[in-house]
Amino acid sequence: MMRFLSWLYLAAAYLFIFLPVGVLVVFSFQDGRLPVPPLQGVSLRWYEKVLSDGDLMAALVNSLIVALISSAVALALGFLAAHALARVKLPGSVLMRVVIIAPMTVSTLIIGLGLLTFFNQIGLRPSLLATGIGHVVINLPLCFAITYAAMGDHQKNAERAARDLGASEAQVLWLVSAPMLAPALAAAFFLSVTFSWDEFIIAFLLTRFDVTLPVEIWSMLRSGLSPATNAIGSLVFLVSIGVVVLAEIFILRRRA
Amino acid sequence: MTAPVSIRGVRQRYGTATALDHVDLEIAAGEFVVLLGPSGCGKTTLLNIIGGFAEPTEGQVLIGGRDMGGVGPKDRPTTTVFQDYALFPHMSLAENVAFGLRMRGMEKTARLKKAEEMLALVGLAGRGTRRPHELSGGQRQRVALARALAVEPDVLLLDEPLGALDLKLRRAMQDELKAIQRRVGTTFVHVTHDQEEAMAIADRIVVMNAGKIEDLGPPREVYLRPKSLFSAGFMGEINRIPVNGDSSALGPLALGNDREKVLCIRPESIRPAELANGGSLQLGRATITDASFFGTHVRAHAAPLAAPEMQLVFHLPQSVLPAPGEIVDLAAMTWVLLDP
Amino acid sequence: MSLAARERRQGWGLIAPALLWLLAFFLIPFAVMLALSFAHMEERTVVHGFDPGNYVRIFTDWTMFKALVNSVEITLIVTVVSVVLAYPLAAIIAFRVPRRWQRLALLLAVLPFWTSYVVRSYSWLLVLGQNGVLNKALLGLGLISAPLEIAATRTATVIGFVHFFVMLLTLTIYANLIQLSPNYARAAQDLGAGRFQTFRHVILPLTLPGVVTGAFLTFVLCIGDYITPQILGGNNELTLPQLIMLQMGRGGNFPLASALSVVLMLVVTLAYAVSARWLRLDRV
Repeated sequence: MMRFLSWLYLAAAYLFIFLPVGVLVVFSFQDGRLPVPPLQGVSLRWYEKVLSDGDLMAALVNSLIVALISSAVALALGFLAAHALARVKLPGSVLMRVVIIAPMTVSTLIIGLGLLTFFNQIGLRPSLLATGIGHVVINLPLCFAITYAAMGDHQKNAERAARDLGASEAQVLWLVSAPMLAPALAAAFFLSVTFSWDEFIIAFLLTRFDVTLPVEIWSMLRSGLSPATNAIGSLVFLVSIGVVVLAEIFILRRRA
Repeated sequence: MTAPVSIRGVRQRYGTATALDHVDLEIAAGEFVVLLGPSGCGKTTLLNIIGGFAEPTEGQVLIGGRDMGGVGPKDRPTTTVFQDYALFPHMSLAENVAFGLRMRGMEKTARLKKAEEMLALVGLAGRGTRRPHELSGGQRQRVALARALAVEPDVLLLDEPLGALDLKLRRAMQDELKAIQRRVGTTFVHVTHDQEEAMAIADRIVVMNAGKIEDLGPPREVYLRPKSLFSAGFMGEINRIPVNGDSSALGPLALGNDREKVLCIRPESIRPAELANGGSLQLGRATITDASFFGTHVRAHAAPLAAPEMQLVFHLPQSVLPAPGEIVDLAAMTWVLLDP
Repeated sequence: MSLAARERRQGWGLIAPALLWLLAFFLIPFAVMLALSFAHMEERTVVHGFDPGNYVRIFTDWTMFKALVNSVEITLIVTVVSVVLAYPLAAIIAFRVPRRWQRLALLLAVLPFWTSYVVRSYSWLLVLGQNGVLNKALLGLGLISAPLEIAATRTATVIGFVHFFVMLLTLTIYANLIQLSPNYARAAQDLGAGRFQTFRHVILPLTLPGVVTGAFLTFVLCIGDYITPQILGGNNELTLPQLIMLQMGRGGNFPLASALSVVLMLVVTLAYAVSARWLRLDRV
């Protein structure tokens, strides 16, 4: 009895979870003006429209650039900080750790607002750079936490051996620590890219002319329901899944 | 309480691998039985089957005469002390020990009182309000034991409970386990890979290898008169000399044997001929290759003159420390002939 | 310089960039915002000073206070519903699905994460709208005679949120469940506990810290979200983030927006204080 109920619940849960996404993808092929039932034939014209939309494609590239660069910066800062705290007993390390983790508990809206008011005061205009700076702030705690948690005795002992053999601190970091922590670093980078890529509110507040993809999609929404939104949404979805599947096959399977 | 355990024709297969291959074992009520063997020999699988955590592919398990087929751990008269103790971290020691009683519907004051008694039995009186994380490994192990005994099971199953303890603590716990078992009279089935531990605590040892029972008997029997080559080698160091009839690489030996066998002699059983008593087996002369002081005895290796490529290992009294190159005449006081 | 001193200097050097970045782009902006919250607007210019007027206004102006109440109500409902729905899902995947398929089952349960958050909320509009899939289906089956008005209401916002957070919580609760040593459940059964008793006395208490951590995360993310209420909530009621964004639009009342943000942070801090006993943020 319990067994049957469990599978029933599982099925119901999956149905609920996939419902909106299913609707999204199905009606991206709508051969009509509105992405609502009934489905009037299958057409790729919305995909064509989306792929030839210059603003949209530019926004997509912008998102990618901001995501990759800000994640790289966040990872570097977070990794170095984690390494420092793991290795040396610095005064006030508890406080420092609180400061580094703090942005995780503050709503991104507030971080964005804070940056907007601050940048206003110092005269920094809204731009992709401003957005990138904000994304580093929200991803830094995550990169720190993941790399810190991954540091263990095994890797610390290897570092000690390297120092013993004459390596400088920079060499230890580059040749020993980073390679040994590669899985954690990769995970942190991947998660940061995901968060940055999809991040809306900071990008919305801190961009004006060059925007990121979520902001561009938001503008599309302002002008009403359209299968074009479905198309770009489905496109992003399918590409993201593709990336995850490839990552599974090439990175995770190889280690198994 | 206590009950006998009867294992009949048990086989356990996982896909193509056989973990247990036709095991028959009768355990008397109140016995302290040790399942001994290397990793992968099936001892833990057998323990799990007795406890109800696994159903055998074939065969029966009877406890107290009742067939346990299809009966889960919850309803069996067994409890288990797990290797990692599995004490509930969110409960106090007393609550942990009282858990089984709570499941049986005993009301609060009564079960906490019983829990305190059990904690006293294992030497942790008055600590009922502490939490597991405040205790050392050895102390946690005792709480796990108290918890398992609190429900007065017929059979107590122990899955390598002393593995995580250091040597001194392990020896102390072995004595305590034995004492507690004598006191409560419950049937204990204990799994270990340490033959010294087995000999220290068991009424009977069950030597297992590759899913089969290789040997069975009280420690003295299994050690001095092993029934198989594997058992002989597993119980301790042993010299193995192949013989055919009465002839061997050492020359003719007065064995009264007429087949191909392996002559097995324990190191402490070999000594210089002049120190041996009558009735001992003469092994001939050998050259000492090394001798080291081992505290309670001297451990020496020698190469027989008749077969210089062979190495015999044997013990000498503390006071005798020969130098390499010296020649000794060796004799064996006890020995067994086993099938190769 | 002694070895210890040299090591310390290196340590500082390594951690300084992260600290400086957060000082410049997190702490200082927050301080600026805090200071600004005590300023007020006089005809399109900001007048600095120590004036708690904004805060007074938030708690006395009914429209503003209602937004705060709305946010807290919606967030609490969403948190509770999401935990109640996600826990069984995580438990089924952890305990009923065969080991080899668990990774896949989990991945499927969180797959919609990979749609953009904005697009995901928009998709619910397609489902819940007047002409949406749900209404068309119910009308088609003859179960209702007129379209249900779900979109542009609090219900739609809650559904949109729950959809997202059930996925998030399933992930975190699953990670928690799978870490539990199987021997705990075995020991409980061994001592006579049935399935439900094992869950109630052993599994649930041991997973509670993880659940509380997930719930706190849900609370923080939900109460600060602008997107879902804006797309699905309609015009009849506002949440705090929507109110904040509204201040940004009209002539940019930065001081009021800042004050509202500080209030939002205080609510989150309150939530943290309440759940701190079970919280383990380092082990999400």
